[in-house]
Amino acid sequence: MSSIIKSPWVIHYDGSSCNGCDIEVLAALTPRFDVERFGIINTGNPKHADIFLVTGSVNEQNIPIVKNIYEQMPDPKVVIAIGICAATGGIFKECYNVQGGVGEVIPVDVYVPGCAARPEAIIDGVVKALGILQKKQEEWKAKVS
Amino acid sequence: MANKTIIPFGPQHPVLPEPIHLDLVVEDEKVVEAIPSIGLIHRGLEKLVEIKDYQEMTYVAERICGICSFIHGMTYCHAIETVMNVNVPPRAQYLRIIWSELSRLHSHLLWLGLMADSLGFESLFMYSWKIREKILDIIEETTGGRVIFGSAKIGGVRHDISNQKLQEILKRLADVEAELKPIAKVFTDDYSVKHRLVGVGVLSKDEAYALAAVGPMARASGVTQDMRKLGYSAYNEINFEPIIESSGDSYARTVVRVRELYSSFDIIRQAIAKMPEGAIDVKVTGNPNGEFMARTEQPRGEVVYYVKANGNKFLERLRVRTPTFANIPALVKTLQGCDLADVPVLVLTIDPCISCTER
Repeated sequence: MSSIIKSPWVIHYDGSSCNGCDIEVLAALTPRFDVERFGIINTGNPKHADIFLVTGSVNEQNIPIVKNIYEQMPDPKVVIAIGICAATGGIFKECYNVQGGVGEVIPVDVYVPGCAARPEAIIDGVVKALGILQKKQEEWKAKVS
Repeated sequence: MANKTIIPFGPQHPVLPEPIHLDLVVEDEKVVEAIPSIGLIHRGLEKLVEIKDYQEMTYVAERICGICSFIHGMTYCHAIETVMNVNVPPRAQYLRIIWSELSRLHSHLLWLGLMADSLGFESLFMYSWKIREKILDIIEETTGGRVIFGSAKIGGVRHDISNQKLQEILKRLADVEAELKPIAKVFTDDYSVKHRLVGVGVLSKDEAYALAAVGPMARASGVTQDMRKLGYSAYNEINFEPIIESSGDSYARTVVRVRELYSSFDIIRQAIAKMPEGAIDVKVTGNPNGEFMARTEQPRGEVVYYVKANGNKFLERLRVRTPTFANIPALVKTLQGCDLADVPVLVLTIDPCISCTER
């Protein structure tokens, strides 16, 4: 097992969520839940990130930004869609400026349910994502060797 | 004269939990002008009134913003109740005060943490959020939700808090307050924090008034404006004074929020002491007909809900003017002439809630 699984770095971007899931993502990093003790660090730079946490749905204006962040992240990488808005659009699905979940634009590996998603659920999602990340890394290694 | 350069700030930026984009026109290290562009998280939820009836819209209103969710829901209910002439039972009014003030506590603690983060004071950020979790515990035990409560309801509230639980809350608030004191002292007295805040981004009283700043932003500049003084819910029976500071800089805005924390503790204590017995909701039947403009005080300032109904179960128009939207002109003003390194601090001093702003 390599460092990427033991200490994954996450990047967070708010699509068009209501802020509820965003502050829960931050809450997961702070003392009560403290994922930093497992080596999970929140970074602001997509080039350093292994896990992309997206909250909220996508619209015309933020699609290029979500895609841009995703493309700047080095392989292997996983995407976690946090909250029901990121999965389908949720309560805002019928709004004229909501195009649907994040899955419409970039491939999503893990969906975390909830409105707002609880920090426990987010941590659970990240743990699931680590398994996927490991598999992706092995595939990627087999490809290059 | 140096050349002007444009530096983009956001939408994805380490200091911002939410996307906002600013084009900073920079001359050397000085910001000459800031051009904000919003709309990255616009959803268009005001138009949802056409497909969701006035009862269902309560849930949508609560999800305008995850931080001041309860006050959004409550303001919407307050507007509809006024249109429909519903008399909300007094116990529900007092419970609304308690949840509003708990929201204010958790929002201000969250803001203090983010503020410390923008200063690069990581441990202070962690301490603030540690205290905030204790407030969230009280919220979770009384409503079931951590950030989105789902307690607001047209005609009252959805959950009751037993008197025994209220006494327990009192005890726990005392613990939180004791724990907060040393942290608050760092924000108000610490040399390195003051060094980054004092005299940065001064907004004079006249400017705050002319640019229609609201909430702590206006109060830090000496404008006496607190919507709670309008006496909605049962605020007219609570004894408190708006927190005013006069220097109008980033430090004053921090101090206003720190002092508001103590004021909120006091309001919750008064509300618990005066808590009346009785029902927590009344049955609401029929459809609203008429219009009303509800104004309440959110952690970030004044929120305005305009509701127009025409006797149909779908509202004709819902308009929400949120506090961050009102504070953006003031932000642009304070950014003019500041150092580039102070931009994150100044952006945070308005306590930006972008999802409110863009709805």
